[in-house]
Amino acid sequence: MPVLPLQRPRSTPRIPARLRRKARLLPVLPAILLLLVFLAGPVLWAFHASFTNAALTGRNARSPGWVGLDNYQRLVTDPVLPLSLALTVLFVGGSAILGQNLLGLTIAVLMKQARKPVAAVVGTAVVAAWVLPEIVAAFAAYAYFSRDGTLNQLLGWLGLGQPDWLYSFPMVAIMLANVWRGTAFSMLVYRAALDDIPADVTEAALMDGAGGWQRLAFITLPMIRSSIATNLMLITLQTLAVFTLVWVMTAGGPSNSSTTLPVLAYVEAFKFGDIGYGTAVASVLILIGAIFGAAYVRLLRQGKP
Amino acid sequence: MTTAAQASRRARQARPSRSRRRAGLPADAALLLIGACFVLPLLWLVLASLDAGAGHQTRVPGEVSLENFVAVMTPGLLFHPLWNSMVLSAGTAAVNLAAAVLAAYPLSRYQSRFNRPFLYAVLFGTCLPVTAIMVPVYGLFVQLELLDSMPATIFFMATTTLPMAIWMTKNFMDAVPVSLEEAAWVDGASGLTALRTIVLPLMRQGLGVVFIFVFIQAWGNFFVPFVLLLSEARQPAAVSIFSFFGQHGAVAYGQLAAFSILYSVPVLALYVIVARGAGSSFALTGAMKG
Repeated sequence: MPVLPLQRPRSTPRIPARLRRKARLLPVLPAILLLLVFLAGPVLWAFHASFTNAALTGRNARSPGWVGLDNYQRLVTDPVLPLSLALTVLFVGGSAILGQNLLGLTIAVLMKQARKPVAAVVGTAVVAAWVLPEIVAAFAAYAYFSRDGTLNQLLGWLGLGQPDWLYSFPMVAIMLANVWRGTAFSMLVYRAALDDIPADVTEAALMDGAGGWQRLAFITLPMIRSSIATNLMLITLQTLAVFTLVWVMTAGGPSNSSTTLPVLAYVEAFKFGDIGYGTAVASVLILIGAIFGAAYVRLLRQGKP
Repeated sequence: MTTAAQASRRARQARPSRSRRRAGLPADAALLLIGACFVLPLLWLVLASLDAGAGHQTRVPGEVSLENFVAVMTPGLLFHPLWNSMVLSAGTAAVNLAAAVLAAYPLSRYQSRFNRPFLYAVLFGTCLPVTAIMVPVYGLFVQLELLDSMPATIFFMATTTLPMAIWMTKNFMDAVPVSLEEAAWVDGASGLTALRTIVLPLMRQGLGVVFIFVFIQAWGNFFVPFVLLLSEARQPAAVSIFSFFGQHGAVAYGQLAAFSILYSVPVLALYVIVARGAGSSFALTGAMKG
């Protein structure tokens, strides 16, 4: 790397040289501008707008008035918010941290033991659900879980009950759908991590007579723990942001029983036309995302001192 | 990792093959079962698209017909929205790639105290849930009178994928040896000339990967155009398919499935290209790990 150290300015104050060094960073400007205008801007605007009564239509859309903490007061007393928070935690915990993570790890471990063509075919099937456009995946999941859909056909053949999943157990259906949709990511992360474990380590354990489970618990998992942490963070953030899947399958219903935070923010802002309140809900979600994001960045920095 | 290390590892892995084969059968069975669960929802999509009288059920069509495909292949229903998707995704990928390449060059080539904080700030940017930002973005676009504008939507979508693209591009650029450029610098070429004439041609493949990744994400994005593009004439396929579902979905499941398949084919093809080219190295997590 062509290193011209910036830290130590020469004894003679050569300003043009310093300027030139600064000028080298100029190409970063377009990216910074984009990020400021379209990413930092909306986030800051969100915190501002959540203190106003901005509306979708009408007079308050043009010139929103300042309402102070009204939106947040309403947020604290709104019975839907704790429900929505709980559903979001359930959704992320159940479908990402447990579902996608464990299933992804299981598939990756099985792939190492299975025959190559089998692993390739199954890998393709898992990845296919992930590569499809989200709206298509959502339609497929909707059809699968609907009253006369594929799942109930299967249950019928097995002689089991056939509930209307999207009405009776909307969260179960959405969580399973999200596992189906997102497991590929964990699988790919873990496959790459397992491939990086040197073979002699596993061999040594084999010589010492360690069983499959022992090897997994005491060798494999500790060796890939940084991948596990990275993966958990990323799938948590991805799942926090899931909107389309929920919107197509249940639209948050019936009667708010699957309204995760992104859906709540959308409904308040665009269905009830209360941009100010919707933004307050979104601000909560942004804060949660920011906390996880900061933790993720810390994690990476610790990994590379 | 060097190829030599990979080769020696593979050689060593080959040894305990007998115990592996014995363990293989249950693993095969378990994997196939899991794979079947993943295929089932997609099976409906394929079968229904070929079935003129399709419903929610998965069933082998009594008579394979392309009626559904013919029905949706009209300019208003399919081609115009697909064209919009194309403009939106290609525009997003182009804007994104230009900004990412420019930003990655100084980050990759010059050491500065600015680099690390900037890269970590960018990484933090990838973590913000985009769906949470959509309500404020809508509010912002109303104030700036940018609603229903293709260019504004393109710039916004390019920004949401920009952090990931900067990391990926920087990693690809780090892999291009700097010695070639040094020769150019000695000859008096400026940094940007060296970038254009030496670095970019050498990292063509990496640029292709970044472009396709951004393109795929933009093509599949539903929520952003759903919120920001209001008039039907500008909506991409992801949004028009949703309106179609709302209007005819209850009766025309076969057409919905056919529409979905035609809309998905381009991304599937692009993904295959990237996956082939990238081989076993998983470009996305590589980017995330830095």
